[in-house]
Amino acid sequence: MSAGLHLDDLCIRHHGAALVRLDVHIAPGEVLTVMGPSGIGKSTLLAAITGTLPPGFTTTGRITLNGRDITHSAPENRHAGILFQDELLFGHMSVGRNLSFGLPATLRGRATRRAKVAAALAEIGLEGFGPRDPATLSGGQKARVALMRMLLSEPQALLLDEPFSRLDAALKDQMRALVFERARDRALPVLLVTHDPGDAKAAGGRVVTLA
Amino acid sequence: MRLAPTVTLLLLLGPLLAGLAGTLAPALGVFPALGGTRPSLAPLHALLAWPGLVPASRLSLTTGLVATALSLAVTTLIMAGWSNTAAFRWMERALSPLLSVPHAAAAFGIAFLIAPSGWIARALSPWLTGWTQPPDLLIVQDPWGMAMVMGLVAKEVPFLLLMTMAALPQTMPRRSLTVAQALGYCRVTGWLKAVFPQVYPRIRLPIYAVLAYSMSVVDVAIILGPNTPAPLAVQVVRWMGDPDLSMRFIASGAAVLQLLLVLAAIGLWRMGEMLVACLGRLWIDRGGRGHLDPLLALAGAGAAGLSAAGILFGLAGLALWSVAGFWGFPDALPDRLSLDGWARHGPMLADPATETIVIAAAATLLALALTLACLEAEHRFGLTPGTRSLWLLYLPLLIPQIAFLPGLQTLALLVGAETGRGAVILGHVVFVLPYVFLSLAGPFRGWDRRYATVAAAMGVTQNRTFWQIRLPMLLAPVLTAAAVGIAVSVGQYLPTLLLGAGRVQTLTTEAVALASGGDRRVIGLFALAQTGMVMLGFALAIGLPRLVWANRHALRGTA
Repeated sequence: MSAGLHLDDLCIRHHGAALVRLDVHIAPGEVLTVMGPSGIGKSTLLAAITGTLPPGFTTTGRITLNGRDITHSAPENRHAGILFQDELLFGHMSVGRNLSFGLPATLRGRATRRAKVAAALAEIGLEGFGPRDPATLSGGQKARVALMRMLLSEPQALLLDEPFSRLDAALKDQMRALVFERARDRALPVLLVTHDPGDAKAAGGRVVTLA
Repeated sequence: MRLAPTVTLLLLLGPLLAGLAGTLAPALGVFPALGGTRPSLAPLHALLAWPGLVPASRLSLTTGLVATALSLAVTTLIMAGWSNTAAFRWMERALSPLLSVPHAAAAFGIAFLIAPSGWIARALSPWLTGWTQPPDLLIVQDPWGMAMVMGLVAKEVPFLLLMTMAALPQTMPRRSLTVAQALGYCRVTGWLKAVFPQVYPRIRLPIYAVLAYSMSVVDVAIILGPNTPAPLAVQVVRWMGDPDLSMRFIASGAAVLQLLLVLAAIGLWRMGEMLVACLGRLWIDRGGRGHLDPLLALAGAGAAGLSAAGILFGLAGLALWSVAGFWGFPDALPDRLSLDGWARHGPMLADPATETIVIAAAATLLALALTLACLEAEHRFGLTPGTRSLWLLYLPLLIPQIAFLPGLQTLALLVGAETGRGAVILGHVVFVLPYVFLSLAGPFRGWDRRYATVAAAMGVTQNRTFWQIRLPMLLAPVLTAAAVGIAVSVGQYLPTLLLGAGRVQTLTTEAVALASGGDRRVIGLFALAQTGMVMLGFALAIGLPRLVWANRHALRGTA
């Protein structure tokens, strides 16, 4: 019962006023979609899980990930991966270095790490893109690198903050399929926030609407 | 890390407060080393008995207020008449080189232009003026301080323009102006009525800093200002340097008076603001659409062009003098060019140049480290800086240097602390840090925090994120801030002179010391070296990111 992402009676307040209340359990491999108009606190919900709430926000309740209580952990110790609508590739690093930056330090050996990056590039159809400047990639290519970078860091959950909203229609379908497929392969609990019903449909899981 | 803001404030305000105390005590007769053990009014009486008191104070007030008002007027007219035009983009490009010319070098350049034997007189003689000898006119160092005001305006207009352009985007000027123009207002009038009232509060502190600086500046006043009497700040320096140590009592008294004058002038300016606001509201209510606008715009451009030309031709003059062979009056150009001057006096540059670089590098590195630590602490601990911290940051720029540096020197003397290079570096930090902070804070705070979130989500520590993500991505603005810091440090005259106890010689102190000698070749050499050092800093700040990130499109920098 402890596997997956649990939000137990989670309540996020801004200067005392309750903004978001949620009590859900997302099983490994499951996608939960949270919908609602903009400004309702969807991104705030994800910030509470990644541990990056701006000052003025407080939370009550408990967040556990695979049995670990992460409610008050440092952001870097939570292992909750996140993708935004912008790819946020580090512009000063090559594509390959962006990917290897996400690899855990426990993975030792230059050759091993390199091989892992090369395999990751192959997995998203970008063989040989390692030395490229991320600024020279197309939107779809950047999105795939961003996904792969996050997955290489071996997160235990995946949070999605409207990650498909900037892509055009054809690309959108591809990316949705890719993201949900990879998450299911790795048995990650996925929390998707969006205002696009198409995202919810593609995710195919439960939908919670904030209002 | 959490302590960084506290440490920074201590380094910034500690010397300020200690210096003020150290100035105030001797002003009230307390200076044990010189036999002053009990408060007395003797320094005050001595000051009041000094015949130059009224003219020196009046000069400080008039030159400061006039220079500030003129600088603001020119800046406003340029923004009103030309922002968002092609000509304006050209002016923008001229801004950084103008800003990077140190005050002393600019003042020398202007002196070489307007002096009776200067370039302008030479260009017009003898065919127009009939002069075959330099006329006996007191143009530079005129008793009203007009030359000094000119020099100050030429340097402060670029500074105020930069500050205004930095403040503008927050007010969405283009939309306001478009609306005003759609209502039938002409460009300048529309800008003055719709945009200026929103911008002014955001440039108020820089304007006060310009006022405080113009009233109490020493190096520009020595070069361009009147001599008998000199503005008050110059007289304080003379008394401080007097071999008769008891003159420090009157020097401290005059320094306190200078502080009071600056505070009074800022108060006066504040009242002027309110008056102008009142009149402005009436003017807006009347609804005039403006008909003199093209003339006003031209006047602004003319004044700006003149001050830019003053600096640029001044620099050219300095360069020409440094390589001039025989150059008799009224020849417009020297007989021949030679590198004799550089060969003869060049070696003299080596020591002060090294000293300048060491001090500037140390002060800038320290200021940069403190600024980065403060900003990163702000980011990590969610500190929100208020307007009060902005005032504290500006304090070293609002309190005249002459009011607290003598006190610091006195204190150092009192407790037997070492004056010299270390003290000079710490003194420079007080002035370098505000500029470095102001330059870096915007880009640093504007950095997309989601990069940090992404890195943290990948399990990367905050320290690694700072060193490997944030700092490299902000390389261009960090280097720009460093260049600004170096420019500020290189230009410092008073902290070097007073805290170095005359033993620390930089290009600036040497150049100003040469002013009275009047050897134009040597002065040209030193002023050029001083300017060159600052420009090198800016060139590196622009060039390095392009080199380092040659293959990284997103980071080549916009500067």
